[in-house]
Amino acid sequence: MIVLWTDGLLFLLVLMIVSLGFYLRGKEHLQRPLAKIKSSRAGMVALVVLFFFVIIGLMDSIHFKLANDKTNEVISLLDYWATPIREQQEKSYSAPFSAYLYSKELIRSEDGVQRWTYSRLKYGGRHLINPETEKTQDIAKKAALGFVKGAALFGFVFFLLWGLRKQQNKVLLPNKTSKAVWLTTFVMVSGSYTLIDLSTWYHVLGTDKVGEDVFYQTVKSIRTGLVIGTLTTLIMLPLAIVFGILAGFFRGWVDDVIQYIYTTLNSIPSVLLIAASILMVQVYMANNEDQFTNLVVRADMRLFFLCLILGVTSWTGLCRLLRAETMKLREMEYVQAAQALGVRRRIILIRHILPNVMHIVLISVVLDFSSLVLAEAVLSYINIGVDPTTYSWGNMINGARLEMAREPIVWWSLLASFLFMFSLVLAANIFADTVRDAFDPRRANND
Amino acid sequence: MTEALLRVKDLSVAFNHGDKVVNSINFEVFSGETFALVGESGSGKSITALSVMRLLPENARLKATEICLADENLLAIPEIDFCNIRGRRIGMIFQDPMASLNPVMTIGDQIAEVLELHFSMSRQEIADRVLKLLKQVEIPEPERKFRDYPHQLSGGQRQRIMIAIALAAEPNLLIADEPTTALDVTIQKQILELLNRIQKQNNMALWLISHDLALVSNLADRVAVMQKGEIVEAAPTDVFFSQPKHPYTKKLLAALPSMESCLNRPLKEQQPLLKLKDFKVYYPIRKGIFKRVVGYVRAVDGVSFELQQGKTLALVGESGCGKTTLGKGLLGLIPGASGEVWFEGALLNQLSGNELRLKRSEIQIVFQDPFSSMNPRMLVGEIIDEGIRALHPEVTALDRKKRVENLLRQVDLPMEAANRYPHEFSGGQRQRICIARALAVNPKLIVCDEPTSALDVSVQAQIIELLKSLQKDQGLSYLFITHNIAVVAEIADDVAVMNKGKIVEYGKVEQVLKTPNHEYTKTLLSAVPILNMN
Amino acid sequence: MIQYIIRRFLYAIPLLFGVNVLTFVLFFIVNSPDDMARMQLGQKHVTEQAVENWKKQRGYDLPLLWNEQQRGFDKVKQTIFFQKSINLFTFEFGISDSGRNIGADIKQRMWPSLAIALPSLLVGLLVNITVALMMVLFRNSYLEFSSIVLCVILMSISSLFYIIGGQFVIGKLLKLVPISGYDDGLAAIKFLILPVIISVVAGIGSSARWYRTLFLEEVNKDYVRTARAKGLTETQTLFKHVLQNALIPILTGVVVVLPLLFMGSLILESFFSIPGLGSYTIDAINRQDFAIVRSMVFLGSVLYIVGLLLTDISYTIVDPRVRLS
Repeated sequence: MIVLWTDGLLFLLVLMIVSLGFYLRGKEHLQRPLAKIKSSRAGMVALVVLFFFVIIGLMDSIHFKLANDKTNEVISLLDYWATPIREQQEKSYSAPFSAYLYSKELIRSEDGVQRWTYSRLKYGGRHLINPETEKTQDIAKKAALGFVKGAALFGFVFFLLWGLRKQQNKVLLPNKTSKAVWLTTFVMVSGSYTLIDLSTWYHVLGTDKVGEDVFYQTVKSIRTGLVIGTLTTLIMLPLAIVFGILAGFFRGWVDDVIQYIYTTLNSIPSVLLIAASILMVQVYMANNEDQFTNLVVRADMRLFFLCLILGVTSWTGLCRLLRAETMKLREMEYVQAAQALGVRRRIILIRHILPNVMHIVLISVVLDFSSLVLAEAVLSYINIGVDPTTYSWGNMINGARLEMAREPIVWWSLLASFLFMFSLVLAANIFADTVRDAFDPRRANND
Repeated sequence: MTEALLRVKDLSVAFNHGDKVVNSINFEVFSGETFALVGESGSGKSITALSVMRLLPENARLKATEICLADENLLAIPEIDFCNIRGRRIGMIFQDPMASLNPVMTIGDQIAEVLELHFSMSRQEIADRVLKLLKQVEIPEPERKFRDYPHQLSGGQRQRIMIAIALAAEPNLLIADEPTTALDVTIQKQILELLNRIQKQNNMALWLISHDLALVSNLADRVAVMQKGEIVEAAPTDVFFSQPKHPYTKKLLAALPSMESCLNRPLKEQQPLLKLKDFKVYYPIRKGIFKRVVGYVRAVDGVSFELQQGKTLALVGESGCGKTTLGKGLLGLIPGASGEVWFEGALLNQLSGNELRLKRSEIQIVFQDPFSSMNPRMLVGEIIDEGIRALHPEVTALDRKKRVENLLRQVDLPMEAANRYPHEFSGGQRQRICIARALAVNPKLIVCDEPTSALDVSVQAQIIELLKSLQKDQGLSYLFITHNIAVVAEIADDVAVMNKGKIVEYGKVEQVLKTPNHEYTKTLLSAVPILNMN
Repeated sequence: MIQYIIRRFLYAIPLLFGVNVLTFVLFFIVNSPDDMARMQLGQKHVTEQAVENWKKQRGYDLPLLWNEQQRGFDKVKQTIFFQKSINLFTFEFGISDSGRNIGADIKQRMWPSLAIALPSLLVGLLVNITVALMMVLFRNSYLEFSSIVLCVILMSISSLFYIIGGQFVIGKLLKLVPISGYDDGLAAIKFLILPVIISVVAGIGSSARWYRTLFLEEVNKDYVRTARAKGLTETQTLFKHVLQNALIPILTGVVVVLPLLFMGSLILESFFSIPGLGSYTIDAINRQDFAIVRSMVFLGSVLYIVGLLLTDISYTIVDPRVRLS
């Protein structure tokens, strides 16, 4: 078992969210917004999709070395389960579901004649004798089988729950929202079963330049996206909350100093600040190579630094919001009443100010998530993002872009990263909207 | 009376997911008369006016058999043509003149817009007409104010502009929705007189919506009372006030504070509990490149008074006179206070740190707005025992719980209230919780900063009663800050009238209210609407 | 007013000084010039002499903050901090690590950047306001609902895909405009059309939605009710009163980015090979040319601070309520 920096922080984050959930359970003022989220169909469907991504991301965050492995390679739980796909490496590009390589090669056939032709793949569709005639039928059959497997698993769990509920005289599907949630789960479960089943026989999204399965790459990229989206927030939150509240509450020179800090940071274009910082990290890593022996550890450190830098550059926005809100709250009469009662300022901050700005924090966290995932792709594209060896959608796009000029075009890497990134960001955006509608007091009345 | 100008039959309004806020009401407004619709907050009176104007919020649903304006059925008019009714035949003015005017448009343009819309006039004609309107609503220097923006005017002037806008197209009916609620009492008098004069000049109908029965009694020809979306009583003014029939009307009339009977408690002279000597609150004005202090805003400018144990001193004044600043400055809630504050023989300014914190907690405060004075994230029990926890951390949780229950009983709230959140209570109940919170630390003095201004009259009377009985039981002193002179007579022993940061008159309540010396006190008193029974 | 502007100018000095210190720490303290030299010269087997030469050529061979070997004021002046950071205040950007004059490069490259950024901003503003107004005008209808859904979908797509997709469809399949490149003068227009379209489309989702909330906030205000009570139709109210008030935050939000337009767009310029400051920066990042990155950081900060000042001034012009003091 090996705990990388980002693994540790990711699980710390999960732990924090869970314990926060327990702490806030039954708090009355949360019930109305939570009920509103629960009743929103789009929001709940988006949440199910996000949940799926999170599970994949977490599975990909448990790292270990295989005991009987000589290569000294660090792999994750996800890698372990995806071993056949991971190891079925072709020679180079191949299209989705293809049984042949993308480009022609010189092949010496058994009778010794050299021919310029498409050669068969080592793994994709190797069970077929005559791909031209059998392939379509075989794919349909395998897909149906996978689908049935997934559907069966889903059906088993579903009817088990249904029966349990029935015993307690409750209904499992009381309204449209829960129907939509179950339907989404069904689609996700059976869909992924189908894909997994198929990908042991074919490369469902093709292979890339070095012959690696694109489907595997894009699934591995999920973790990178999640890490960037969440750890950055974890780093920026304490800065934003502490500085924002202090500046708003104490005013005077405290406010002046904090304002000076964030105006200075803000005035540097963020891309350039990130670029400069990443350059420095690169230099540092290059000059201290001995500290980063393992490739995975090295890539992970860079990912962690990227989160750190993104966090340091992005706290100013939330800080300004919190400062303004705290200034408003400070003049609220309940804060003045507490002062009159002789409550200490430290306690006023914790008891009266902090809980009443938390909705802003929550809203900005969920809103930032999707923009951070998108930012990762752009940063990786200009080489100031994650390590080139890390699986990420940005790196996939970057690699595929160079092949745009080919004829016929190599489109599958782009499509794969587009589909996955789009569904993650879309789900995050929809969920963020739901959260904002539920928690923003200004939007509370117009429903 | 002739034919009804506006006739409303079976009007109901409901919001998307909720009960009806207006429940099949009927009424008429005759041409040339003043019709007053009276009710407490939430009774549906403003919604009624908005539904006639078709200005309801988007999530409201309207149902009615008939809404007729001079025999024309307004319900049958399509939205496109309704624009010729609004502004042209019915004008409307609203409560908050600052919010109701476009902040980035000059007032001249805002008035001219109505004329451009409803008449075909030349530029010059419009300009002349706007000037005439500004003169009619008695704006000083209309030629100059013409180009001013709303924020450059005073509150009263803004409402005059609103009236000019509503009158520009010479409508037959003017709806005035609480036109003076946001204004000071002296300004209120001027605005109401203006409305009355213009109504006579233009011979139009005035539909006045108000919560203030005394005000209505001086102005209206007919009065209707609304309660929970229904009109419970409607009658000509003289009949309405001399022979009220409905119990709700009677209750409203009984709750009106009267200035006739002053509190006259024989209290023996004692050492003063609180003594202010030359108390000042100054805000610095900073200017220039380095923000040097070039002067001060004198919010409270050298105030001296004393308040004895068990007595009530009322601090009366209009908005911006510095009375609230005085109250908060006294408690050390705002910076910039100077001068001597003696409390129980100790000079508060000389204390510091913990000593000051403890001494100050013997002065507590109850605020005006019962909605913003409690942390929405805390239980009522936690809100009340917060002071005990801060000042006496040694008290056990069980003792605190008992104390909270005791306090709730004192302010007539059920014991279960401790485990609920503030938003579950009404305005009056919240004010009771705030009083309980202040009482929790056994204060000797409570600063009541307009504690009843945000409440309906009937609730207001209850809170005053509660404060009086608490004073009797516990020997509390009150510094009662208010703009409402009518309440003063019911609670105060002494009165101090404040104007522009200074106390202009200070004395026994009877003397100040009955035989005022200072000019300002006289104007203030004469502006208070008094129930007119004739 | 004048006093206010002077005060803001004075405030800009500590801000820029802060930026300078920050970049100085990033570039020279976190890693020493030796580290940079070794990185540039290729990690291994670098002789001490090569490193020294590299440093000398680029003026990195001075002490960081304090030069003991000089006398008088030169103790401060002959240092890396003074030479490399303080000189930026006089807009002397110096020589890049690859030996080019950065100041001259910036002067030459900012115009193509502006040529692409300004039209993108203006067209985008026009399109977004129009779309948002339409959504507000048809609020509570299916038209509005579907436009919101469309906006959310549009803003969930990475800008990289807009560029790749646009280049592929318009440039490669339809062959309407050249895929990439740049030319001087009016001939540049055909190269600019595609990037401008792409950046407008990529921005619609988030901007139109944001403007819509701004409009909706205004629509629910009391003065809009007054306007309706005057007898204005819904459309008149929207165009005359709501637009006028909502444009204030929109326009001032635009003013703050106006100076930054010179900096160009990083990805757009590199995808379309436009010789602007954006692609200049990217090239510098990829070549790890620290001198250029440092100059661009400083330039960006100056432009941002100018933008802040312009925002304040523009507020006084468009909003009669704001008076600077």
